[in-house]
Order: sequence, then structure tokens, then C-alpha cells
Amino acid sequence: MNGAMKFGMLAEFSSPADLMHAAEKIRDAGFRRWDVFSPYPIHGMNQAMGLKNSKVGWFGFIGGCTGYTTGMVMIWWMNAHDYPILVGGKPMFSPYFAFPPSYELTILFAAFGSIIGMMLLNRLPRLYNPLQKIPRFAKVTHDSYFLCIETTDPKYSEAETRKLLESTGGKNIEIVED
Amino acid sequence: MAANLATPKLVDPPAGLEREPLVANQRSIGWISDAVSRIVEEKTPVWWWCAFIPSLIMLGALGAMLAYQITTGVGVWGNHHPEMWGWDIINFVWWIGIGHAGTLISAILFLLRQRWRTGVNRAAEAMTIFAVMCAGIFPAVHVGRVWYDYWLFPIPTNLNLWPQFRSPLMWDVFAVSTYFTVSALFWYIGLVPDLAVIRDRCKTRVRKMIYGIFSLGWSGSNRHWSNYEKCYLILAGVSTPLVLSVHSIVSLDFAVSQLPGWHTTIFPPYFVAGAIFSGFGMVLTLLIPLRSMMKLQDLITMRHIDLMCKVTLATGSIVGYAYTMEFFIAWYGGNPYEKFTFLNRAFGPFGWSYFIMFGCNVFVPQLFWFKRCRQSLVLVWILSILVNIGMWFERFVIVVTSLHRDFLPSSWGYYKPTWVDVTTFLGTFGLFFTMFLLFLRFLPMIAVSEVKAITPQADPHHPLGGAKGWHH
Repeated sequence: MNGAMKFGMLAEFSSPADLMHAAEKIRDAGFRRWDVFSPYPIHGMNQAMGLKNSKVGWFGFIGGCTGYTTGMVMIWWMNAHDYPILVGGKPMFSPYFAFPPSYELTILFAAFGSIIGMMLLNRLPRLYNPLQKIPRFAKVTHDSYFLCIETTDPKYSEAETRKLLESTGGKNIEIVED
Repeated sequence: MAANLATPKLVDPPAGLEREPLVANQRSIGWISDAVSRIVEEKTPVWWWCAFIPSLIMLGALGAMLAYQITTGVGVWGNHHPEMWGWDIINFVWWIGIGHAGTLISAILFLLRQRWRTGVNRAAEAMTIFAVMCAGIFPAVHVGRVWYDYWLFPIPTNLNLWPQFRSPLMWDVFAVSTYFTVSALFWYIGLVPDLAVIRDRCKTRVRKMIYGIFSLGWSGSNRHWSNYEKCYLILAGVSTPLVLSVHSIVSLDFAVSQLPGWHTTIFPPYFVAGAIFSGFGMVLTLLIPLRSMMKLQDLITMRHIDLMCKVTLATGSIVGYAYTMEFFIAWYGGNPYEKFTFLNRAFGPFGWSYFIMFGCNVFVPQLFWFKRCRQSLVLVWILSILVNIGMWFERFVIVVTSLHRDFLPSSWGYYKPTWVDVTTFLGTFGLFFTMFLLFLRFLPMIAVSEVKAITPQADPHHPLGGAKGWHH
């Protein structure tokens, strides 16, 4: 270790189109540990970065299935098994009257599932981010666009990567310390 | 063919048919965060205090009324036999209906790719959450012995009893609590990137830490945006059937009973349309003054107001259809009790409320067919209040007129609320406005990141977004 650990190399871009073209070049160059930063989601950026479809949907789906099953089983167990009470000659259990609460629980657990999935996949909440040491990076939520290649990427080399970022039109290129 | 596809030609729409942009005056992306964050950052304006102090006093009145009702009993309200549901359930249904426009704007319009929703969704969702809070008070306290409210939830107690799921009132518990939870989560997830906007502008360390914690360390990373957008899409996808189910289930509280005037199959769609109608009324009531007081005319444009008026017109007309069809079926169905209830509803002792309802909900919104009416802010604001009044009376008509003359003429009576009923209802406005004003003061009232994303400057394929010629 020589001094502070290096996190990555950060470059700024002046427009969403420039950022997207740069992302396409970095993707084609075969980098893996890199990311782009923008004040809003840019349409088409997932393709430009070569990202696959987000897996959050699976979490939502599993959550929804869990919710529906929980509702049905809970109502059967409570009203037909654990303490059956006859009310107005109605059946002890029927999927019809158990449906509305189960439907609501499907929605509730699907919402929980997708939020938990999003948090897990994004590793949020995160209280520390080396990029926040760069004063200019505070503008990323305002109107600036950045691209960062991490030093842990197997293709990272300080001179080559800087040259690549320069060739894509990146400005204010600097090294971020961890 | 392939050559034609490779060089598409942009055809401008004919003059007079261009759509007005959703962010007026070609404001830049940075301008949007400045304009919205400014509200949270600048000194508290005088008008805010002028609104907040009366709201707090009304909230205090709500607390006093609830304390009086809980310690004395439900008898302090005007409810009596046969009118066992009075203002409590009217207010519950009214408030929860108001909330529905927020979810319609945030979820259904998102799925329908109505990009104008971004200007108004944050404030409308806040309205939803606070309205559901106000609504929740009434069923919780109308049971009389509030300390037994936990019996509503399936938790093991020493009674070894479980809730009785054959009752629609139990379905309502699940519908309303899910609605509140999912709406609050949806709202918060939408807020995360915007809290980061404010965090990155904070001047003091304490503020930076507070907004930093609530923004979860958001950095605008595209890998995050990718999962975030999927999560947001799923939340919109589940909120859409949720919002439709909530008011359907609220209507089943009535429709599953055997009472003429309540026992109708038209109730679920009719309640949902009415809920969206009243909610849009409330969104207009809130946003028309706010956009000028906070100088947000470029973000909540006349086009937004125009579109919301059109939704109000559409849902108001659906409601009008439902009123008429209900009356028709009362005659066509041939049930003498049903027929009596409906004639009594319109021409009986509470006929005045039926005509307030019909006038405010069916005739008033018809003015929105005219562009001149949709463009007069004063008129739209007055009409939006009339819509709210009309929808309150709709619930009054449904609850009171169906109950006050039951099957036994000896128990017929005239329902009158007490001062406690009235003060409790006014007190919920205190709760609503206190919460809403705190929201305006501390949170970004417009979805900054979402509005940025719909501007041409944000589109990498648009010349303003830096595109040089056609791409892909």
C-alpha cells in the first residue's frame, strides 16, 4: 500500500448524450467494475452499459406469492381450524371470503419484497461513499454527469484508463481515494 | 424500407396542435432543483405561519374532541337508532376517497406513461398519506372502546379468539392498513433521490446528516437507477390494483349488508370513480394556490391544470351515470323497499342533501367541457371545492338516507349531528393541513428527479440533450 487506497478514476461529461457514448465505449472495452452517475435515470443507459434486466422483479414476485399464501393459510387456520365459530350458516372456510385480505397481503408483501430487493441489490443504505469526497461530485444530483472506473477492475491501468476516458470526451479526470 | 428506417424524418405537428411542454420556459435541469429546493431552504414565509398556527389549533380541537368522545362514549355523537352510522363513517369514506387521486396520479398514470404526472405526483401522494391518516381515526374511535382496537388484527391474545374474516369490515382493516403502508413506502422510495438533491445542497452539517440518512446514501449511480426504476415500476404495478381494491372493499362494507340503498352491485366501480373524482378535486384545491405562492408555474403548468380538470370531468360523469343507473335499477328491479329508499332519498326529508350531491358532482364538473372554464384558475379552484362538498354529501346521502327510515316505521327519525361531530370533522382538517404544511416545509414538494427526466435536455437522443444527429 502506498499512501491512501485508490478507489477509481472519475471523469465528468457535459451532456447525457456524451455520457451515453462514453458508456458504450467503456462497455465495448470490456470493463466490469465501473458505473455512471446522473441526476435522473437516463433512458437507454442500461443498454449502453450492457446491464441485464434488474432482478428486483423476482423479489416482488416471491413477496407477492408469500403474501397470498400467508393470507389464505392464516384465515383457514384461524377461522376453520384453531377456533371455528359458525356465523350465519356460512362455511368455516371459503376462498371467496378469504380472498380480499389475501389479495391485500399479496400487494403488501410484493411491495415489501421489491423494496427489500432494491435495497439489497443496491447495497443501500450506504453511509459512506468515496466519491462524496470529491466536491464536484455533489453536483451529480443537480445537473452533472460522471463516469467512474474502479481500480479493482482487471482492465484498470492508470495511464491507459486515463487515455481512454480522455478519448471519450471526459473532462476533469481525477483519481478518487478511498 | 430499411433505408427509410435508417433515416427517419422528424415531422413537426401542424401549427396549433403542438403540445405545450411540461416544463415551461425551457428551464434547465439545474433550475428545477433550485426552484424546488429553494422552498425547503429559504426562511419560513409568513403565509406558512398564517396557515400553520390555525391548523395546529384545529389539530388541538381534534385531540380534545377525541379525548371527550373516548372518555364519555359514542353517545356524544349524533348516532342513534336507527342511524348507527353517522358523520364518523361519512368522514372516513370521504377522507379515504380523497387519498385515491394521489395513488391514481402516482401509480396508474405512471403505468399509462402520462408524463405530466411528474409535476404533481409528490404533493398528491403526500395528500394521500395524510388523508388516509385522517380517515383511519374514525373507524378506530367509532367502535367506542378504542382500547380493544387491537382485536381487529390477527394477533394472538389471551382470549384465544381470532378476527372473523367473513365480515367485510375485516377486509377493510386489511385494505386500509395495506393502503397506508404501501402508499407511504411508495412515497418514500420516490423521495430518496430528491432527498439526496437537498442533502448535496445543505450548508450546515446537521441538515446534511439528517437528509443524508434519509436519502440512504443515494449517489445517482446508474446501476442503482436500474434497480430503483424496476422497484418503482413494481410499486406502481401493485398500487394500481390496490387503489381499485381499497374503495371497492370500502363499498363492500355497505354493499354486503341487506339494507336497501346499500345492497347494490354497482357500488365498487361507483365508489372508485367517486374517490378519484373527489381526490382530483382536492389536488386542484391544494395545488392552484401553492403553485403561485411558491412560484412553481413553470413546473405545474396550465397544461397540468387542464388535464386534471379533464380527469375531474370524466370521473364526475361516471359518478353521474352511477347515480342515474342506481335510480333506474331501483325502479327496474321491482323491489318495493329499494324503490321506497330511492324516492325517499331524493324527495324525503333529506332530499336537500341529494340535490347538493347531484348538483355539485354531476352538473358542476360539466363546465370543464369548456376550455375557458379550465383556464380560469379562480373558477377551477371554486369548482374543485364544490366537488369536495358534493362528494362529502354523496357519502352523507348513502349513509344517512339509507338508514334513517328502516323497515320499522316506528323507529324512523331525523338525523342531526352534534357539535362534537362537527368539531371532530373540522379537527381532521387541522391534522391534514398540519401534516401537509410540514411536508411543504421539509420535503421537496415536486419530484425533482422525475421532472428532470422528462425534459428534452435529459434525453440523450434529443439535440438539447447533446445528441449530434440521429443515434442507434
